[in-house]
This record gives sequence, C-alpha cells and structure tokens, in this order.
Amino acid sequence: MTQSVLRNLCASAGILALTMTTGFSAPVMAAADDEVLDIASPLEISGLDPAKSGYVFSRMQAAETLFTVNRQGQLVPMLASDTHVSDDGLIWHIELRDGVEFHDGSAMTAEVVASDLKRAFDRPGVLGRAPITGISAEGNEVVITLSEPFSMLSAFLAHYSTIILAPKSFDEVGDVTAIIGTGAYRVDEVIPPLRVGMSAFENWWNGKAEIEKVSYLAVSRGETRAMMAQSGDADLVLSLLPVAVNQLNNDPSVNVEIATIPRTRLLKFDVSKPFFDDVIERQALSLAIDRKAIAAVVMRNVDLAATQMFPPSIVGWNNQQIPAFEFDPQKARDLLAEAGWVEGSDGILEKDGKRFSITLRTYASWPDLPLIATALQNQLKAVGINLEISVGSYTEIPSGHADGTLEIALITRSFSMVPDPLATVMADYGPGGADWGAMNWNNDEAADLLAALGRTTDSAVRADMQNQLTSILQYELPTIPVVWSELAVATTDKLENLFVDPFEQNYYLSDLRWVK
Amino acid sequence: MKQLIATRLFQLVAVVLIVGSISFALMYFLPGDPALRIAAGRYGPDMMDNAISDMVRAELGLDQPVLFRFLAWMGDLIRFDLGHSLVSGAPVLHEIALQLGYTLWLAALAFVLALVIGPLVGAIAGLFPGSIFDRVSLLVAVALRAVPPFVLAIVFMMVFGVTLRWFPTAGFGGWSNMVLPSLTLALGLAAMSSRVMRDAMSEVAASPYFAHGRYKGLSDRTVVMRHGIRNASLPVVTYLGLQMVYLVEGVVVVESIFAFPGIGHALVHAIIARDVPMVQGTALAMGGLFVLLNIIVDLMCLRLDPRLGRRAA
Repeated sequence: MTQSVLRNLCASAGILALTMTTGFSAPVMAAADDEVLDIASPLEISGLDPAKSGYVFSRMQAAETLFTVNRQGQLVPMLASDTHVSDDGLIWHIELRDGVEFHDGSAMTAEVVASDLKRAFDRPGVLGRAPITGISAEGNEVVITLSEPFSMLSAFLAHYSTIILAPKSFDEVGDVTAIIGTGAYRVDEVIPPLRVGMSAFENWWNGKAEIEKVSYLAVSRGETRAMMAQSGDADLVLSLLPVAVNQLNNDPSVNVEIATIPRTRLLKFDVSKPFFDDVIERQALSLAIDRKAIAAVVMRNVDLAATQMFPPSIVGWNNQQIPAFEFDPQKARDLLAEAGWVEGSDGILEKDGKRFSITLRTYASWPDLPLIATALQNQLKAVGINLEISVGSYTEIPSGHADGTLEIALITRSFSMVPDPLATVMADYGPGGADWGAMNWNNDEAADLLAALGRTTDSAVRADMQNQLTSILQYELPTIPVVWSELAVATTDKLENLFVDPFEQNYYLSDLRWVK
Repeated sequence: MKQLIATRLFQLVAVVLIVGSISFALMYFLPGDPALRIAAGRYGPDMMDNAISDMVRAELGLDQPVLFRFLAWMGDLIRFDLGHSLVSGAPVLHEIALQLGYTLWLAALAFVLALVIGPLVGAIAGLFPGSIFDRVSLLVAVALRAVPPFVLAIVFMMVFGVTLRWFPTAGFGGWSNMVLPSLTLALGLAAMSSRVMRDAMSEVAASPYFAHGRYKGLSDRTVVMRHGIRNASLPVVTYLGLQMVYLVEGVVVVESIFAFPGIGHALVHAIIARDVPMVQGTALAMGGLFVLLNIIVDLMCLRLDPRLGRRAA
C-alpha cells in the first residue's frame, strides 16, 4: 500500500537535501578563497575599555602604545620618538612621534596622549602601580613626574591598558564607545565578545599594511581552532593546544610556528606553613618533580621542562650560571628526613604528629594544569607526600592567598604582561609576596635587589643584579617552576612573513602578505 | 483561545519573577568572592588580583546588603530596566537583544530542520512498522539521542568542515555558518520526534477511520494527508514544545563549540563571571521564550484539533 506516498515523501527529502548541499556549498567555497585575513584566537572581547580587552586591539595593531617590544625583545619607542629623564630620575619628558593620525583623521597631540594616560592611571591597570604624581602636556611632549625613580615606566607605557585612543573614542562620562586608534588597521566593527572586523589604514605612520581586510574571531575551544586551521576557515590560528600541533604538522597546507614565551607553570605555596617553612623542604619538593616527563607527556615538548624560573627566550633573566633543577627522588627523601619528616604507617611522611598531606588548588581554564597536577600527585607520593587536588576557578588562588587558606597551588604566570619581567618579579617576590607570586616569603637580600632594580636604568648594572636575584630564587624556591610554555601559531600556506612574538605584544599583521 | 492566551501571559509574568528571583538567589549563594569573579571576567587571569577586585567591589557596591540589592533589581525590573553588565558595562537589554537575535535564528532553523526531518522519517516508519526503514530509523534515532551534542558537533565539523569543506567549521555572520550548529541541534530533536511521530502514525494507520477512508475510495495520498498526518502530528507538536528544553540546553553547548555569539554562550560566561544582571537577563529571556513557544504550541494544537477548544469551552 501507499507506495505513491512513500515515493512522494522520499522525493521531498531528496529535493530538500539537494537544495541544502548545492545551494549552500557554492558561496562557502567562494568565501574560503577571499582576500580577508581570518584570525582565530582564544581571546574574547569582554569590553571596549583598554584595561579589559586592550590586548586584542594592541596585538592586532588597531591601537598603539607609546613604547613596545621589538623583534629582538628590546623595549623601543612606538608612538613616542624620544625620552629624556631628569638627573634625579623624577621627571620623564616623552617626545611624541610627528605626523601620527588617528583613524578618524584627527591628529595625535600631547594633550590627547596625556588625557589618555591620566585616564589609564585612574582606572584598574598597571599604570596605577607606578609612583606617578603628575601627567601633563608640554608642546609635543608628555611630561610624567614621579615621587621616586622608576626604571620600568617605559615598559608600563607599553602595556595594553595604556593604548592611545582618539577623543571621539569616549562618551561624556569617559567610557570607551569605539576603538579609534593610530594603528595599521582601522576597526570597522566590534561584535562583543567574539568578532572584530578591520581594514588597512591608509595614513598609518609606518606605511599602509599589505593585507586590506582582517576578520578576528574569538574561538574559545582549542579543538575548534585546530579544525579551522585545517579547513582553511582561518588563515592565522593562535594558541594551538599541544595535542593539535602534532596533528597540524602533518598537514601540508598548514604551517606551524612555535615560540617559547615568558610564561611559567609553577607551584605557589604558603612558606609559613610547616610543610614549606624550611628551605630544604622546598628543595626536596623540587627534586621530587620529574619535569622532563611532565613536559614530554603533557606539554608534548621535553624542552619545556623548566631548568629555572625564566626560559632562555627572556634575555637578561635566564641565568646561565645557576645549576639547573634536577630530578632526584632519593635526594628528596633524604632532605625531607633531614627536615624531620619520617615515614608513617601508610607511607606518608609525618612530623610532630602531622601528616604531609596538603591540598593543591588549580584551575581548568588552562587545560594542561589539571593534568600536570595529577602527574605531580603521583610524583610527590613517591617521596611520601600526599597531594589532594582541587580544581576550581582561578579566582580561588588570590582569595586563598588573601585569607591564608591556600596551602599549595599550581598556577601559570606570565612575565610579559608588562614587557619588562621586573614588573612582575617585583610584584610577586617582594616582601611577603603577592596573589600570583610567593606567599609569606621574606628575603631581605631579594627585597634590596628589587628596590635597586626599580631605580636603575643602566643595563649592565641591572644584568648583574638580575643574576643575583635569579640565583636567590633558584636556591630559596619561594615558588617552584615546573614547566615553561610555548605559543604555537598555525597559518595556511597562502600566507607568508609571519613572526611569532614571544612577548605576545604584537601579531605583526601589517607585515603579513599573501603568497603570490 | 483568549482565555488561553491570558492564562499563558499571566504565567509569563510569574515565570519572569520566579526565574529572576531564583537566579539572583543562586548567584548569591554560590561559593567564592563575586568581586574576584567579576574582576576576572573583566580583566582576565593575568591582570586580576585582590587589589583590582577591591576596586570592583567599591565601584559596584557589592558590600551593600543583599536585600537592598534584590529590591533595587526588582524596582529596576518594574521599570523594564535590566541594568548593566558588570563585566562589559553595556546595558543588559542591549546585550540580550544582540545575543538573543543570533540564538533565535539558530533555534528557529534547528526547529524547522527538526520539523522537516523528524516527522518525515517518523511518518514513513509509522506507515511501514517493522520494515527495514523503521528499524534503521530506530537505530539512528537512538544513536543520535545518545550522542552528546558536542560530540555530534565535532563529527560534523570534521566531516563537513575539514574533509568535505561544504560549510565553515565555526564562526557566524553568514547563513552558511548556521548550517552545522543548527543541524547538530536539529538531529537531537528529530531523533525523538521521529519516534513519537512513528508511533502516532502507526496507531493512526491502524485506526478504523483510516481504514474507512481507504474503503470509501480515497487515494493513499489523500488518506495519509487528510487523516494520517494531521492526527499523528498532534502528539509530535506537543512533544516538540517540551523539547524546547533540549534546544535551550543544546544551544549553550553548540554556541561555545561553533564560536557562535548566542544567549547560551552569554549565559555561561555570565555565570562564570558572576555577572548577576546578565544571568538574570538571559534567564528571563530564556524563560520568557519558553512560555511564548508553549503558547504557540498550544495554539497549533488548537488549530490541529478543534475539539480541544470545544472541550475547554
């Protein structure tokens, strides 16, 4: 029965399927060959304010700062042209680059720059941490006065929260309503939290960019980003997961570039707790960690095993003279015994009736951290330390630091937010430590060195002091580095001239070009 | 019908108040410091610390008594003001209007696809119960319903995005971007509705009035279209109304995977960042949408079966 009905229904289904495939496929294939540079990155746009998402607009060269880091990792002027510091180090005269124009056609003047910097100083961001007493405009210069010498001011002025925007970017109460910068690309549209559309700015002070149109898409999931690279939906894919790197390396239509970046996965702990108050306990903990195994299995690159706090890519902070971290579980056991820890009936160490059982907090917003935590749990158990793992929000680290409940945490720390690692080191390893650094660690020698570094601009003097400081951190272990990080970037084979910036300040989009 | 609409609109107001209050209470009782979470949502993990969260706490008045903040929210709601996002600073109404637009397109397309695929497959299977088609469709329906939406999404991306390159793997803006996310959602919906339709159609096909239609000389096509589809579609339409819950749940997952800026994506981020006005706003929009869609389902059922209206009268 009803054969004709069946025929009709099947025919309808067939027509529908045919319409879908033929109708939809043509424009998509055309879109894949367009001249728009499609970027996929995990970074979402949480708001237009520079302190919130300025990094997206500065890295994409829509907005620029007074200073930046060049390809050699040196701090150099960008919208500034020259700097003169008074002999006492308290007054900085920052001369501005001539002929710089905002995307709306208005000129970048010292008044506009001073106003932007004052705004950045008053709001959350890095500038508020500098000992600034005044910001003013004088002719073509911005004058910044300080209460004490501060060597990192130019590095602070390279931070994304200090991007220079045109007056029309703000509404009457000072909130940012549009990104009108000075960069190589003009922002055409922003659809928070995922998309930014840009086009090359004709009057960029450094010449017009090669590629005319750029489309930025925030793609939070690593698997999706990898597939966008493979399918050609994205021309430039940032922050590939380690597991995706091997997969994409086998794809002839995709090029993968990798740079070691100044970001370290490390153990942060409360040095005042009885488990970590003796330096030999901390050294034992470090000796118990097989960093090479973790780097090889979790990070998929054995070279990322930390030998010290800073990777070799951080010139001046990677100290070649200090001995590298070792993996020696027997030595770890001996040191723990020397510190008074004895093995209990269940194999877990005890001292004064207290078991060496601690809770490690970590978070999953970096997918490798829970995996590393599990590896550490096994490795530390081998020397008699019981680690309970608690995976939660990363906000539990600073809250645990503040209320003193944090015992030990596995965190990731970037030393390039301000492109002078001293800014982060000074905050994290100063007296008492900080939310994302040491906890209850006080070392007078380190504190004196940090204070001196904060005043010194002489690079030779600084290099010597930095070596002393990294030696202290290596011996004292206020935090224990585990593995370094790398930034993996994929491009389609139709794109050339890519540079992966280890300081993550700039994607250098203006230098990219299509393969002819 | 007017009474039905009036009742449903009253329910809509009740849903708005209940959903808003519950979401406020849930956010309040969640462990952790909301100022830290909001600071994290605004400034990211590398910038966020206790000093910045203290600035956020002072700026947003998070130290004020909870009852005061709840009453302030209720007062704003009465004035149709949903407040501002604590993270982006934009008006919640503006953010929801933008995000809900994308979600509605996605959900509508998924719904239409599900309506086409599910009842069509179900009707064929129901007309031939026990046939190979019926058994295969059962197997496929069980498989599609058992597979979580994110797995289905990744399979589609690999097959249709990476291998065949028919559709974009992720993103939004063009109609081609809608195909894979909506298909992911639609197949989950269609899997169940096809079985409901199959059973309903099978029952209708075995009914005396169906046989009577054929005995009096109507063609197969006329019998199926006039007596079969209409009678069998009643439980399917009712079921699809209930399936909106699946759609809402699926949208949250699918939007994240396909980098699609919908309300599900916004809700997840708002919960993580303790952005209470956004959570309330999105929950209200979803709850309201659910009630509205059920009104539409009720009206469709009335249209399909006029006896329901007479019984109510």
